Amino acid sequence: MLKVNDLHAEINGKEILKGINLEVKPGEVHAIMGPNGSGKSTLSMVLAGNPAYTPTGGNVEFYGKDLLAMPPEVRSHEGLFLGFQYPVEIPGVSMVNFMRAAVNAKRAYFNEPPMSATDFLKMMREKRAVVELDNKLASRSVNEGFSGGEKKRNEIFQMAVLEPKLSILDETDSGLDIDALRIVAEGVNKLKTENNATIVITHYQRLLDYIKPDFVHILYKGKIVMTGGPELALELEERGYDWIKEQVDKEG
Amino acid sequence: MNALTQYLDLFRQHRDLLDSHSAEAINSHREDAFKVLENATLPKAGSDNYENTDLEAMLAPDYGLNLAKLDIDVNPSATFHCDVPRISSNPFLVVNDSFASSPKSFNGLPEGIEVGSLKEFAIREPETFNKFYGKAADLKNPMVALDTLLVQDGFYLRVKKGVKIEKPLQLVNILQNGMPLMAIRRMLIIIEEEAEASLLVCDHTQNPEIDFLTLETVELFVAENASFDFYNLEESTAKTNRISTLYLSQKADSRVVIDGITLYNGVTRNEYFCRFEGENASLRLLGMGIEDEHRSLSTYSRIDHAVARCHSDELFKYSVDDNARGAFTGRIYVAEGAVKTEAYQSNRNLVGTDTARMESRPELEIYNDDVKCSHGSATGQLDQLQMFYMRTRGLDEQTARLLLKQAFMADIIDGVRVEALRDRLHLLVERRFAGASSACASCAGCNKE
Repeated sequence: MLKVNDLHAEINGKEILKGINLEVKPGEVHAIMGPNGSGKSTLSMVLAGNPAYTPTGGNVEFYGKDLLAMPPEVRSHEGLFLGFQYPVEIPGVSMVNFMRAAVNAKRAYFNEPPMSATDFLKMMREKRAVVELDNKLASRSVNEGFSGGEKKRNEIFQMAVLEPKLSILDETDSGLDIDALRIVAEGVNKLKTENNATIVITHYQRLLDYIKPDFVHILYKGKIVMTGGPELALELEERGYDWIKEQVDKEG
Repeated sequence: MNALTQYLDLFRQHRDLLDSHSAEAINSHREDAFKVLENATLPKAGSDNYENTDLEAMLAPDYGLNLAKLDIDVNPSATFHCDVPRISSNPFLVVNDSFASSPKSFNGLPEGIEVGSLKEFAIREPETFNKFYGKAADLKNPMVALDTLLVQDGFYLRVKKGVKIEKPLQLVNILQNGMPLMAIRRMLIIIEEEAEASLLVCDHTQNPEIDFLTLETVELFVAENASFDFYNLEESTAKTNRISTLYLSQKADSRVVIDGITLYNGVTRNEYFCRFEGENASLRLLGMGIEDEHRSLSTYSRIDHAVARCHSDELFKYSVDDNARGAFTGRIYVAEGAVKTEAYQSNRNLVGTDTARMESRPELEIYNDDVKCSHGSATGQLDQLQMFYMRTRGLDEQTARLLLKQAFMADIIDGVRVEALRDRLHLLVERRFAGASSACASCAGCNKE
């Protein structure tokens, strides 16, 4: 579904991604790990279409279409979802209105009529259950005054509502205690099917105890420098990143 | 050139006509106003407190005035519906410059409330009238003087001691004429001790192709331990200009909310002069303007903490786009003896284009140490990260912008303490940002759910 070919990207004139290659197929879970500043979040922002980042080379195919040519909302309609590392607070916009607008925007994209109020509320109820999200949060402003854990659960809730084909979860585990981590990870697992895929971006191995990756990629200095199975994550947990840095820098 | 000259000439030539269609108690103030204006010059555009207001230009056109009170062919109750659901189906009306309500408006009015024509009140109870008229408003303000010089009628509301009404009263000011018209009107509102009431005033224009100018002075007296909410919604046209000057006198333990909402207008100048005259009183002064195309809104406010232990909270928000202009000048004055004052002022603005302009001057003037005060101003653009976040969920740029702008104005609307009105305003603001055409010509904004 996703083919990233030699992707280069910069922000404020500084090149962060220096030739990323990555292929994701339906049913797969990919983990992208790497030290701070290696370009993990940049990759997620570029794939989701943040206008602050400029792709400068390479291309990305999403189900055969040119992903980089699509505005962020079209990427969403086509089935891409980004779970933010720092979910954005939007005071004054209620979660309910936000989700209604999102759901109906997608339906409009596929020439479907807006969802009825009853169906919408029923769906919200079902999807909330996936991440045990409190009903009260739905009537509040988007992420405003949410705890760290609630924000992350809210991301997975939105993912459940939008039913993406490919979800990129950017450090969804950061700032979570062990219970919240379990709830979030279980939410992700519940949503997993053989037709969708997940890219989990994480700094630590512990999330991967809950979300089992098929592939683990190490990102360093804007490139994927190593790819392996779940055992690679365990090795990183044991040995840290230094041995990889040394290896890459030596080859450099 | 002094734009005031034509009005002074008009007064000299038509004094009898003017007087004969008003009340003695109103007429008796004209001479003083004339003396002030004879020697007055209008503040220049760009001078202090008039950064964005050119009074000379606003007053220069030769609008018609309906001094003889010729009936304009209007049957407001037939042509006009401004139903805010659950508030009022028969609002009181002022057509141009005259009180013109149908008898239905008075149905079901609770005891202890007097509503009506300011002129009739001045004829009926000149002594009471004189206790209030011109007592809060300052004749040295040239716009008050001009209003006093030429006004003949307006709106009068009195809520008697201890009377509490939950349902808001509604007044609709309608401008309607086939030719350019200047409407000079006046409002006098008296809320007696321990009374509680709220008033929604809607300004509408029926003829979008006609130039109008409204000149109004509002005097608001809120007595000890009384509570009053004053909501003013301007939904006029690009050819309607307005100069409104409001004076509030607040006695001890009183609680007041003033919320001025400008959805559609031409050029508007709103002035608020609020004065605490008794301790432990509180005021929320709120306002918002949605300005685009060539519209302009400027606000001047002064809150006078003349006595101790009062609380004021002021927030004005603007959204300016296209070639629109906005200006806010807010002055909070805390007198020497006004200890334990709490005064907060904030002005926040969204500027959407390079050609739109916003000027902001928040000012605090404090003469004692025992106060809690703050003021601030922030002008900027929509948050790019919020925009991006919304777009990743599938909202297009336009929808995201719309939701963010609505959200930006939410706290101004949430300051409205009447739920039905709050809901209505959220809807009207949503429609406004969504690009609904000016509502008034067809009243589409009010009639369609």
